[in-house]
Amino acid sequence: MIMRLLLSLAAFVLAVPLAAQDSMPPAPYAYRQLDDPAQEAAAQDLMETLRCLKCQSQSIADSDAPMAGDLRHQVRIRIAAGEEPEAIRQWLMQRYGDYVSYKPEVSASTWPLFAIPLLLVLVAGGILVGRLRRRA
Amino acid sequence: MSWRVWVPLLLFSGFLGLAAYQLTQPKDDFVQSAMVGEELPYFDLPPATQGAQGAASADFRDGTPRLLNIWASWCLPCIAEAPQLEALKQQGVEIVGIAIRDRPEDVAQFLAENGNPYARIGRDDLSEVQLAIGSSGVPETFVIDGKGVIRYQHIGDIRENDVPKLLAELEAAR
Repeated sequence: MIMRLLLSLAAFVLAVPLAAQDSMPPAPYAYRQLDDPAQEAAAQDLMETLRCLKCQSQSIADSDAPMAGDLRHQVRIRIAAGEEPEAIRQWLMQRYGDYVSYKPEVSASTWPLFAIPLLLVLVAGGILVGRLRRRA
Repeated sequence: MSWRVWVPLLLFSGFLGLAAYQLTQPKDDFVQSAMVGEELPYFDLPPATQGAQGAASADFRDGTPRLLNIWASWCLPCIAEAPQLEALKQQGVEIVGIAIRDRPEDVAQFLAENGNPYARIGRDDLSEVQLAIGSSGVPETFVIDGKGVIRYQHIGDIRENDVPKLLAELEAAR
């Protein structure tokens, strides 16, 4: 039992990540918070709605991928320089399109997502009103 | 019984069919750069290793189309594409490299082992240029025309059968 536990522990420790990664230290502001709490809060809010480009389904705030760290660095130094969070989001969307943003936006390709539920509610309401009238 | 009772079932089966069809379609995991068609953002990078020349956006404005290769010594597919970059260089293509999060000694060792097809290699320790041009991984290769406009993006390592396409894009950028 203990032997098995030790073995599995060893497997954990010795496991090598499959994807190659660099050996450089993380970017200065990848893990370091901004000194101003209000600015750090604004940066954190933005980072939670930006999608990591390497690791799907994670925000850059959640990911330890080096590229996510470099993105957090960008977000923090830009916020510290006084840039608006939405301007930073736009800057990234100009480069990576809708993919990079977790904030839903109505655009030429996403409008059906907003329109269809509305339409269905209207149709259901119409049917309901029709039936209630017939009953009355 | 009216035919209309079947409508919801038909709609539902239609939805199931659509979902099943979409599940069988291959998923494209690549994030295309939205910067294709845009001007190369400003950058001026120091050399990635001793003896190399640094890379700057100003180098791309002399009328000659070039390849901009985003790579790293720690990236395994970059080893696989090295012979194709060499072949492109043999065809007279000028290749500017940008090494992402890389150490000078590792860059030197990679070039010694896999050949050096680069006219210049810039050092991008914080992925700044990579982010600025909308690249989301290594390796990626961009065709830049002689005015410094990004014309084409190739995602992933360059295989032998990608070389003609890149040459055609370079020709079209002339």
